[in-house]
Amino acid sequence: MAIDPTARVPAAPTGAAGTSGNHDTPPGVGRPGSGSRREFLRFLGVKVSGAAVSLVLVLFSAFFIFRMIGGDPVRAIGGDAPMTPEQRAEIEERLGLNEPMTVQFWEYVRSLFTLDWGTSYVNNQQVTTLMWDRLPNTLLLTGTALVLAAGLGIWIGARAGWRPGSFFEKSQVGISLALWSAPTFWLGMIVIIVFSVQLGLFPVNGMRSGRGVADGFWPQFLDVSHHLVLPALTMAAVIYAQYVLIMRSSILEERGNDYLTVAKAKGLRDDVIRRRHAVPNALLPTVTLIALQFGAIFNGALLTETIFSWPGLGLLFYQAIRVPDIPLLQLLFVFFAGTTILANLFADIIYRFLDPRVRGTS
Amino acid sequence: MSGDGLNERSGRGEERAPSAEKAKAGARPINPSGDGLNERSGDRPTLKSGRAIAWARRRAALADFVRLYSKQRAGVAGLLVLIVITAATVFAPFYTDESELRAVNAPGGRLESPNSTFWFGTDEVGRSILLQVIWGARVSLQIGIVAAVLAVGLGTLIGMTAAHFGGWPSWLLMRLTDWFIVLPNLVLAIALVVALGASRFTIIVAIALTSWAATARLVRAQTMAIEGRPYLERAKALGAGHWHQMSRHVLPNLMPLILAAATLQVSSAILAEAALSFLGLGDPSQISWGTLLERAFHAGAISYGAWWYMLPPGLAILFVVLAFTLCGRAMETVLNPRLRGSR
Repeated sequence: MAIDPTARVPAAPTGAAGTSGNHDTPPGVGRPGSGSRREFLRFLGVKVSGAAVSLVLVLFSAFFIFRMIGGDPVRAIGGDAPMTPEQRAEIEERLGLNEPMTVQFWEYVRSLFTLDWGTSYVNNQQVTTLMWDRLPNTLLLTGTALVLAAGLGIWIGARAGWRPGSFFEKSQVGISLALWSAPTFWLGMIVIIVFSVQLGLFPVNGMRSGRGVADGFWPQFLDVSHHLVLPALTMAAVIYAQYVLIMRSSILEERGNDYLTVAKAKGLRDDVIRRRHAVPNALLPTVTLIALQFGAIFNGALLTETIFSWPGLGLLFYQAIRVPDIPLLQLLFVFFAGTTILANLFADIIYRFLDPRVRGTS
Repeated sequence: MSGDGLNERSGRGEERAPSAEKAKAGARPINPSGDGLNERSGDRPTLKSGRAIAWARRRAALADFVRLYSKQRAGVAGLLVLIVITAATVFAPFYTDESELRAVNAPGGRLESPNSTFWFGTDEVGRSILLQVIWGARVSLQIGIVAAVLAVGLGTLIGMTAAHFGGWPSWLLMRLTDWFIVLPNLVLAIALVVALGASRFTIIVAIALTSWAATARLVRAQTMAIEGRPYLERAKALGAGHWHQMSRHVLPNLMPLILAAATLQVSSAILAEAALSFLGLGDPSQISWGTLLERAFHAGAISYGAWWYMLPPGLAILFVVLAFTLCGRAMETVLNPRLRGSR
């Protein structure tokens, strides 16, 4: 999957690459100060156009991947019930499957602008409606998991990296690697069987209990929170590892830098040096790497929602695979990929504001 | 390589006594192509041809590698786990009965809990879980390894091409690489398998196509570093073509890095295979760890409380993925002196 447990601080894959390896930064001049505004606009232009090209690539590949489809969409709609040739032709007509590929492609491009992505094969709803309905649930789950995993992971990772070779560091790296190696969906199954089936502490699946819960805000809130605990913890456990490992190696890179020696010489306490001096610097490369791993979050959401029947986009995608429901798959594919690309663009720009060194040199 | 290395290592550990020499050797960065010759040339004073020198150098580099790897305890543990699992998988036909994998030959009752006959219980039609996990290893490992080799091969090819030729083809290839790095690759792999139809072959293709990009980026950076070295300049001056430069000078230097990347890639590929199979995109005629978990999920093992149905395949995935990861990290640490002592 997308998570690379060995991901390390940028520009140090195997040494030596130093001067020539950094292809992302356009060959510019190191002029801090003067003309920085123009340089920023140029930087913005490069990044935004790159993201735009990537988005166009996603839109095109969505069309071609889902037109290669092996299954028969008409049968997916009709189910196994016998069908007369007339009914078949009518469905093909409605879906535009009888048109030549070039016309279908033109229709597809036009639908991008009119935001009409077609109707689901299964329940005749607009696929965009389905998506917007489910989106908040996914945001709730991934947001909670992300905050948990990133907060705890960065905290633990910083402490582990500060004392290399200690028992704490070794055990935390071990735990992270083990969590990374566990399949998300399996972890979810084990968690359900222990905490829901055996101990009966949490609901087995879903997001709401339905009946038996009072209407007001607080009862509903508590009900959803109760359902949220296990899926959020499962998802957090799996993406947690990358934050620990990245933050740890990031801190390791900072150790031994002169400014830390100076801080020590000033007589600052050890954990003050770590918190106030090392961590802020180590966070910078972590931001980029976390943005690069953004796609992994969707991977995790897909598997977690499937196991827990959490009514979000991941479950919707899973249900669409089984049909296969092409318009829905196509829309969700574009949504997942597009969001990831935009998140990366955003991180690139933020990073420039966060790190003055990058502003000076690129 | 791994099997030999283990024997050699245990022998070496005993004879290496003087600690001063140990410290010195430990501090010397390993370089797969250079160094090592001077210290070792005393051992073999009759080096004649260039080929012999090259081989002596390679042997020395390999010995260095084995010595440094054996100091990585986690890496050694990972290697041992892999050897045991590989042996269990390869010799499966000799100590188990394959015919019991078919539902009609199921020897046990429905969802029996672990007992003396079935150490890990039985599934919903009465087949032994342990037997299925052992045979499932064949499919999972095969898909994982083949997909990883393909992905790393593709990544190496693209990375080397981008670094060597430069210009707009390089720009294009790197844009493509960035694109693949950013995208959620499970989603992309699912789309590919849905489009191509589920089979062992399409799963391998889908995993390989969605996971080569990180290797490409790594290989590109390293190729550019290697191309700056003087011996490549010499080769060019003597009229070496692109192919000669790449195959005789750059690729041998990249090889250790590529091996480490491939080892790490296997663990991602096994996880990806498990996820795809779990989502119902596995080859229905094959038993893999992922399909086992899928069946457990849909057979209602959770509500039945049949933990023995889910625990063994999941733990198998966890152990194998962890073992490959530990080996890959140990190899990287040996190859990259900057990481030594820091992990």
